[in-house]
Amino acid sequence: MSSATALDEPAVDLELARQHGLTDEEYSDILTILGRTPTFSELGIFSVMWAEHCSYKSSKVHLERLPSDGEHVLHGPGENAGVVSIGDGLAVVFKIESHNHPSFIEPRQGAATGVGGILRDVFTMGARPIASMDSLRFGPLEDPRHQYLLRGVVEGVGGYGNSVGVATVGGETSFHECYRGNILVNAFNLGLVEEDKIFLAKAAGVGNPVIYAGSKTGRDGIHGASLLASSEFDEESESKRPTVQVGDPFTEKCLIEACLELMSTDCVVGIQDMGAAGLTCSSFEMASNAGTGIDLDLDRVPQREVGMTPYELLLSESQERMLMVARTGREDQVREIFERWDLDVQVVGTVTDTGRMRVSFGGQTVVDIPVDPVARSSPRLERPAAPAADLGERQKLDLASVSPEEDPQAALFALLDTPGLGSKEWVYRQYDQLVQGGTVIAPGGDAALVRVKTEDWAPTSKGIALAVDCNPRWCWLDPYLGAVAAVAEAARNVACTGARPLALTNCLNFGNPEKPEIMWEFAEATRGIREAAMKLGTPVVSGNVSFYNETSGRSIYPTPTIGMVGLLDPWDRHAVSHFSAAGLDIVLLGETREELGGSEWLALRRGLEVGNPPQVDLAAELRLHALLEEGVRSGLIASAHDISDGGIAVAAAECCMSGPRVMGAVLELSETSRPDALLFSESTGRVITTSSRAAELCARAQAHGVPAKRVGRTGGSRLRLGPGGSEPWIDVEVEELYAVWSRAIPRRLEDL
Amino acid sequence: MLAVVQFPGSNDDRDLQFAMKTALRVEAQLVWHKQPRLPAGTTGVALPGGFSYGDYLRCGAMAQYSPIMSDVKRFAEAGGPVLGICNGFQVLCETGLLPGALVRNHHLHFVCEFVHVRVEHQVSPFTSRAEEGQVLRLPIKHGEGAYAAEADQLKSLEENDQILLRYCEPGGRPTQAANPNGSLQGIAGIRNRRGNVFGMMPHPEHSVEQGIGGLDGTVLLGSLGDALAGGRS
Repeated sequence: MSSATALDEPAVDLELARQHGLTDEEYSDILTILGRTPTFSELGIFSVMWAEHCSYKSSKVHLERLPSDGEHVLHGPGENAGVVSIGDGLAVVFKIESHNHPSFIEPRQGAATGVGGILRDVFTMGARPIASMDSLRFGPLEDPRHQYLLRGVVEGVGGYGNSVGVATVGGETSFHECYRGNILVNAFNLGLVEEDKIFLAKAAGVGNPVIYAGSKTGRDGIHGASLLASSEFDEESESKRPTVQVGDPFTEKCLIEACLELMSTDCVVGIQDMGAAGLTCSSFEMASNAGTGIDLDLDRVPQREVGMTPYELLLSESQERMLMVARTGREDQVREIFERWDLDVQVVGTVTDTGRMRVSFGGQTVVDIPVDPVARSSPRLERPAAPAADLGERQKLDLASVSPEEDPQAALFALLDTPGLGSKEWVYRQYDQLVQGGTVIAPGGDAALVRVKTEDWAPTSKGIALAVDCNPRWCWLDPYLGAVAAVAEAARNVACTGARPLALTNCLNFGNPEKPEIMWEFAEATRGIREAAMKLGTPVVSGNVSFYNETSGRSIYPTPTIGMVGLLDPWDRHAVSHFSAAGLDIVLLGETREELGGSEWLALRRGLEVGNPPQVDLAAELRLHALLEEGVRSGLIASAHDISDGGIAVAAAECCMSGPRVMGAVLELSETSRPDALLFSESTGRVITTSSRAAELCARAQAHGVPAKRVGRTGGSRLRLGPGGSEPWIDVEVEELYAVWSRAIPRRLEDL
Repeated sequence: MLAVVQFPGSNDDRDLQFAMKTALRVEAQLVWHKQPRLPAGTTGVALPGGFSYGDYLRCGAMAQYSPIMSDVKRFAEAGGPVLGICNGFQVLCETGLLPGALVRNHHLHFVCEFVHVRVEHQVSPFTSRAEEGQVLRLPIKHGEGAYAAEADQLKSLEENDQILLRYCEPGGRPTQAANPNGSLQGIAGIRNRRGNVFGMMPHPEHSVEQGIGGLDGTVLLGSLGDALAGGRS
């Protein structure tokens, strides 16, 4: 091809390939595939398609072991998002995805475009996005930089989600030293679709037009996926700010409405959003999925600026763009819909039977490569894995040598004052939690609950419960157990509303996979997710891997974030997580063991991050979920709150504080171990419930094989926690706890 | 029939239509902003919440130039009931159908939460189902919801009983602490002199179902429904 010289593009050689992040071996594979030296544009294409972010080359072998089938699963991994049936011809489409590196460099736009990207993954499949969540992790909030990052990320998530009209109904926000050099922003979205109206990314039907719609293509985000997301941070990373894209939620909102309108016609054969690696990735995926080829004319691509090169046009990650294949002859109908929403729309190519991607620019062919070797035969690595040398050290904990808590009440105050355990209201009140009119349980509970309406806004009896969870400290101490616990907790949170957990999505945030100890963490965590997902019957239907979360060689703690989705029908038989009335019996489900390893108490009060995380009994977990489902449905359970970070003490305080009004309670714990373990142990599989029929609930629990004990009663204005019959360990006005808990984040930001 | 105008970027349009149709059994139809005229049979108009044109300029500033707005103005000037919620309130102020403006919340954050508002006057097509002084629990969700006006405008609003809703404590006392955005005089909703155009920041359409936001929104939307059934136009 003569294009390289005519376009005055750099000559391609091994050195240029290396600068593009390709290895010598990968470059040699490219030469073999093409039988010649690639053009500059082709090199760009290979570099993004084979970058870690797009190719999953380091993670594939592990991800393939995750269970992805189940009776409700309509589409698992491999599509833009997972699709799970909720009955009566309806399905939910959901996925979680990371936008970590962009958010660290430019928090507002990084987070905003993270939300935009996940929304497109969902509506691309024909679903209307109805609920968002996010999992955010920052460094210590005392660090001014992290105050700035928190403010920026929350503004970005809210600014985009609010404007686009999708409620943000839940999430988690936590803080730890390990994220000081690399924050995590994981965005989740769930949409609703009719089962027979699901769209896939397929460029089928030779001769069909390939149509571009949405924002014009600019020079933003070039190599965002390959250079930003697929390498570690260092001091120079600030200079990568131009690779962060800029979000336009207004265009996204118009695009959602236009696409859903279009998909209600029969004009479209396949559709795909232009996400990471832009036009390149979307066209390759669509052609590859259909076994076809595509001829693309770059001159017809709507452009924001003049003089863009084919390389830039192909690799731009400008946001809010869609690529679709329409039926021949229906171009005008497609055009009419997008023009009504004042969006650019242009036929930019044709589906062919060549199996090749041919791209022309200024009358010259600038790309001509076979589709499959790039899209499917991307590298697949079995990277070496070995535990970190100090893992045994980390797991060592002799509890006898840890001095007992001298002042449990002070410890409770201190825990509630940490930004991680403090109220997240400062965060979620900046999000529209209500738009689309389905929010039954808003942020602040164990899981969110959203009532389902059909696309013509007819209300149904179905509710979708959603939660995201992960305890990174546990994952650092034992990535297998930590991952098992994350799946179990996410499912338990969903079950606390009364819903049955259906399926999960995961966002696997790890360090540099080229290091054996990181690869070992990854392998162990995926093994844990596999085990828990199989035992709990919640297949993994979608997900995302984010490697290279390191700065100057320091990795984050392994953070496999789990997003769990459950079904509750009818939605109005649900439990809340707070104490909803006075005079109810408090029934504790599950067993408290002396498990302080990896606990919040141990970290905060003793400065130790050591030990083994709590054990998880998945069979017991399943029995607990069945009891919760039955108990909530039958009205035996009025409220249910999962016991996690900070143990019973913190969970009980949350039950007292997180409702519309504060509520007192008395809890008497039998003295089976040291008091600080009773109060602050983080044993899994435990739930604080309230009931007006405690005896009946305990009997049902026994029938299910779930340990249950009536431990107290709601009412009054004080929280009392202690052994029965003697002086309580904690005895405090709930208002006093609330004053500390509600200010934990704003006081550090010196904000309202 | 209530015409719910759909601007590009409107978000609560379908929720409002749902609230009227499903919860209140009042006919409501979405009307695309590029339509030159309101549909035949229109007895009321609502401008819904959202981010018309992305609110990239001042909130509501672009929407006033949508083709449908000249007919909405004509409809209002003829005395037809016009309701603006949140972004719709902002549009009404930008259009000049209501006095004053909505500016950035005093704490500079977007805020989504349930607040209490007191119904100041009961004789109105928008509040006829309320008791005078009744306290309603409704959600707000906005970044620019602080009502601002010149001193003489405020005086005139008070004198002419144009302030229909004021932020208050659950017990009904309007206090600084109960004011979620720094609105002057705790104003949450005002009407024009004639009383047929009403703008409010809280979202009654998100409070029409037990278990999902409560029922307090039906007091206001039900009043409008009654007015439409009474054939005012």
